[in-house]
This record gives sequence, C-alpha cells and structure tokens, in this order.
Amino acid sequence: MKNSLLISFFSLFVFAAAIAQESPGSSGENSAPKGQLHGNFQVLFQQYSPDSLIGAQVPDAEAALNSFGNFTYNYGNLTAGVRFESYHNAILGFPNRFKGSGIGSRYVRYNNDGLDITVGNFYEQFGTGMALRTYWEPNLGIDNALDGVRIIYRPYQGISLKGVYGQQRLDFDSKIINTEGLVRGGDAEIFMNELIPKLADKDLKVTLGGSFVSKYQAGTTVERDSNIFTLPNNVGATGARLGLIYKNLQFTGEYVTKINDPNADNNYIYKNGQGIFTNLTYSQKGLGITLNAKYVDNMAFRSDRDALLFDAPINFLPAITRQHTYNLAATLYPYATVLNGECGVSGEIFYMFKKDSPLGGKYGTYLSLNAAAVNSLDTSHVGGREELINGYQTNSFFFGKTKYVRDVNLEIRKKISKEWSLTYVHYYFEFNTLVTPVTQDFKGLVYTHIDVADIQYKFRPKHAIRMELQSLMTDQDKGNWVTGLLEYTFSPHWSVAVIDQYNYGNVDEDKRVHYLYGNVGYSKGANRFMIGYGKRRAGIFCIGGVCRAVPASNGIEINITSSF
Amino acid sequence: MKKILLLLLAAPLVLSMNTTQVASIPSIMLKDLDGNSVDTGKLSNDGKPILICFWATWCSPCKKELNVYAEQYADWQEETGVKIYAVTIDDQRSVNSVKPYVNSVAWDFDILLDVNKTFSQAMGVVSPPHTFLIDGSGNVIWQHVGYNAGDEEEVHEQLLKLKH
Repeated sequence: MKNSLLISFFSLFVFAAAIAQESPGSSGENSAPKGQLHGNFQVLFQQYSPDSLIGAQVPDAEAALNSFGNFTYNYGNLTAGVRFESYHNAILGFPNRFKGSGIGSRYVRYNNDGLDITVGNFYEQFGTGMALRTYWEPNLGIDNALDGVRIIYRPYQGISLKGVYGQQRLDFDSKIINTEGLVRGGDAEIFMNELIPKLADKDLKVTLGGSFVSKYQAGTTVERDSNIFTLPNNVGATGARLGLIYKNLQFTGEYVTKINDPNADNNYIYKNGQGIFTNLTYSQKGLGITLNAKYVDNMAFRSDRDALLFDAPINFLPAITRQHTYNLAATLYPYATVLNGECGVSGEIFYMFKKDSPLGGKYGTYLSLNAAAVNSLDTSHVGGREELINGYQTNSFFFGKTKYVRDVNLEIRKKISKEWSLTYVHYYFEFNTLVTPVTQDFKGLVYTHIDVADIQYKFRPKHAIRMELQSLMTDQDKGNWVTGLLEYTFSPHWSVAVIDQYNYGNVDEDKRVHYLYGNVGYSKGANRFMIGYGKRRAGIFCIGGVCRAVPASNGIEINITSSF
Repeated sequence: MKKILLLLLAAPLVLSMNTTQVASIPSIMLKDLDGNSVDTGKLSNDGKPILICFWATWCSPCKKELNVYAEQYADWQEETGVKIYAVTIDDQRSVNSVKPYVNSVAWDFDILLDVNKTFSQAMGVVSPPHTFLIDGSGNVIWQHVGYNAGDEEEVHEQLLKLKH
C-alpha cells in the first residue's frame, strides 16, 4: 500500500512536471526551469561452466544476470528518482536472495530556500558514518537505503540540520523488502567560518557536529543459562565530532557511543559500544602526510538485531588500511574492520621529487609510503553472570595482544619519457586469517611480500601497451602466486587485455593452476561494453571501504553500462 | 500494479519529449578541501567550459587520467578557459588521504568531496573515472567513461569544438 502510494505520487509529479513544461511561457516567464533527465543502466551477464580444478561454482541455470536502470528527473526545485532492478538470478557473489524484477528505489525530493525534503528511499551519512551511513554500491550488491522521510534544513549559511526517519532496505524479491526495525536520527553541523562573517578569512577553520540515531525493533525475552534477558525495543547511538583546519594542517575527530544493543554480532551482550576516529594531515605542494587512529569496541549497529555480515547496517566502519588496487594485493588479503572490537593506527606519506632534481628527472618522481597496524582490544575476561550481560571488560584504548594486520607498502611512480612510464609497488602484509577469514586453506598469520611492476609504453598518441608483472611470496595459505597482464588500448574506444594468474607455490600440486582470462572493451561516450572469457579465481572484491567474497568461476562475462 | 509500472516506464519517454536534449548539473551540497559548502547546481566558469571528473584515490585509471590532465591543464586553460572540478567519491576509508594526495601531485583543479556518492549518482555515474564536459550555459554536452592512455586527445578535441 505504501509502495503504491509513493509510486503514484512519483507518477503524478513527473506528469505534472511534463504538463508544466508544455507551456513554459504561459506565465509570461521565459526563464521557466528546464527539465533534466539523468540516469544510467548496467547489465551484467555471467555464463558459468563447470571447472572442478578451480572449484568453480555453477548455478542450476548455468548463467546469471544482474541489471538496473536509474532515472532521475529534475524540474526546478523538484526531483524524482526511480530505479528498476532485475536479477535472473543474481550473479554469484551477490546475495542469492536477490531475485526477480521490480522497483528497487523510488523517491521524490523538494529543495528550496534551505529546505530539502526527500520522501521514499534515500542515502545519508552523518559525520564519518560511525553513527549512520546508508549507501548504494551496485557492484557489490549493497543497498541499505532508508525508506521514509529525510529533512535537511540550512537556516543560515554554515548550519546544516538533518533528520531521518524510516525503515531500512534489507532485500529484493521483485520489490524492496525492508527490515522490521525503524531508524530515526538527527544530525547538526556548524561550520563556524561560514556562520560568522568575521571568521570567514581566518586561518583557523572550525566545524562542529553532533548526531543521535535510534533504532526501534520490538523487543522480546530470551533465556540463557537459566537467566531471563529482555531484549530492548530501542537502541541509541550518540556522536560528536570536530574538524579543524589551520593553514597546511587539518584535524578530524569523531567519538560515537552506543548503548544497550544486544545483537547477533556481539553474542547478545549489553555492553556499551564506542568508536573513536581521528585524523591529522599536513600537506603542501609536493608533500602530503596523513596519520589516523581508530578504536572500535562493540560498534555493530543494525536495524535488525539478528542480522549479520552485509545485512541492514545502520553505521559504517571502514578499515584503516589502504585499499589496494593491484590484483594480488587487493583480492587475496584485504582487511575489513572487526566490528566487535579493534584498535588501529595508520600513516601515509606522499612525496613528489621535483622536475629536474637528481631523483625527479625530467618529469618528477612520485613516491608514497603507507603503513597500518591493527590489533585486538585491550580487554579482560570477567566470567560468571557479568560475562553473560556485558561479555568482557575493556581496560584501555591501547592495543591488545592479538595482531590482526600489519600492512606496509611503498609505491614509486616515474614517467621516464613521453613514451614510457613505470610504477613499482612493494607490499608487506602480516594478516590474521582467524580474525578476517578470507581463506579456508589456512588459519593463522599469513606473512607475505608482494612486488608489482606496471609498465606503460605509449607508442603513438592514442595507442598504448601496458604490462603488469606481480609476484606474491608466502609460506602460508596457498603459497606463491605470480600474475601477468598485457593490455593494448586504442583511445578513445578500444581495449584488449589478457591476464594470467598462476598459483605456482601451492603445496597441493593439483592446485597449481593457471587462471587465464581475456577481455575486450569498447567505450563510446557514456556507453561502455565489455566481454570477457576465462577463469576467475575466488577472491575478495572491494570498492571503497567495502569488500565482498566472489567465488571462482569459468565462463563468459558481458558487462554493459550506459549513462545519460 | 502493471499499470503503474507502465506509467513509470512511459514517464521518462514522455518527459524526454519536453526535456531539453542536454541535461544540466543537479544541485547537491558538497564540501571542498577547506570545508566550504559548494552547491553543484551553481558551478560556473564565466561562460567558459567546465570539466567534471569523478575519481577516487583507490582508482588507478582515475589518477592516471587526472595526472595527464594536470600536465595539459595550463595549455587547455589558455586555449579554452576550461575549469576542471575533480570530484572524489572516496568514502570515509580514504577521504582523508585526498587532500595530502592532491597537494603532493600539485593538481591545480577544484576538488570536491562526494563522500556518500550523492552527486555522482545524481549525474548517473556507475564507476569512475567518468568525465563530463559542460558548456558555458551549464549543459552537459559530452561525457566519457573509463580512461585509456591518449583519451586526453579526445577531451582536447571536444574542448576545441566548444571554442568554435
């Protein structure tokens, strides 16, 4: 019923806008707003062939198709959007519950004179996202949109007030399926230098913010060890944040606390959660330095207390490690935040050796050094009834004893001549697969060195050949890997690539397999077509701060995207 | 329900008959690197062209593309007066690396932070890099997805077309 009402409202709006456009001059105004239509399509088809050697999964239908089409229509202060989604069936690696065709998102938005109201599905982030973030990542099958009302009001320059109220998208079965829970929240942010004209030109820039998010889910009682526990109806999270900029320095910090949230992630304990994120950066022309510290204790926060993994997260807790781009480093051992608790630090230096300097040469030389370390929390066992209620005791904000990850990487990028350019990256990981279970073959600490050389030869203005050579060395898990990639691009339309990954160091000789894959891409304007064929190994596919496991496969892949 | 779906499917077609053939820039509030609010619906360049380039610090082709544009930028500005807005879709994991990275490579573009992809989705971006060319009247007249070495030649050709 609610869906029908929203859809009817949307239809009414777009047709009203269409009628209004037919007579732009009827009011005597020649400056009537123009309608604008934006949108995009994606069609992703995968054919699956059996391949027991690589453990390729083959669904019953032997093929899968994901597609979506977004339409966003703007007319003056009004915007309406709708997204059609189709899964027949979902590509492996996506939630296999996604099925059928239908509307996956719809909203109308009015924005005028500082007031911005959205009814329907919307995406929002408060501060760093530790209290609330809803977002859509179609390439990972993630959509935790709120379905309800959002109001943003900017009464004065520099002040932003937000309120959200709604249910959260959990699933898709020819229509949107929301969780039962309700999410309500408010956020206020003040940028002092915009609010107070006298401060506009000051070197020190100050931003203050605060947020509160509450979730309602009908409570119940559960019995554990002869004790009756009441699961609360309402759970709240509160956050405060500060942003400072002074000349070349910048500081960002946020603290969020959450109370009374027994859930499946924390084994239904009542301990308060807390999260701290701080960042300090210094940058000037040719140099950038950034330092981060993050502390997360019992901060899984979902609109369904029984949900796990990617389902119904209200907040967003990305890893403090760098997201890597080269295949072996990016997909074998990517780190993800341990929601129940971790303590981490990271730092990064970017430096450009100037042109015509000894190390810079004719074009300059770029260097970046990044390091991250994450451990468990410093906690103590409590025992007895206290353990049933609060789980454990937190002793300090410092590192606990268990190593979760170490990640050190160095990148050097150098343009050698007009034709040749080179990038070299070295990575060193210590990765705890007991904590982040990215592999079934080894439980414990994986120690690995990875080297990557990426060489490009642009032999004509629009023609280039690029080659990647990657080597991963480890005595644990699946052993050593090597990857080679050869790509030819003919700008602006064509690209052809062949990639081979070879697990030559696997202790099981039967698993020393070549994963050979080739693809051809064609781009014209906002349309892009890609067809690929071959073996893809199982791995972790990450975009931004989110990663999803993708199983091994063998077959044809077609990907078409278009924007307008 | 089927009628409603048909209605919705037909709506964009009906609208497209009345809609200008070129779309403009949606109005979304973003932050720049100094914390200032920027309304994307009000991006302007005194009647000269604008390039809007969506990128991320974790996207290698994006950085290659923008590093090449950075080398050409002074010449392009002299020839066509173009202004480049480099809109990053880095989320909270990496957004704090944007400013130090941009300063280290000395990009001279206007940088905007689209941390929750609100603007990129309103512009119909599926994956970065995605480049839009906006004419002096604020209309999107050309766009390009992905980056291959040499694509800057086509960007340059499109900019010169606007000049004439």
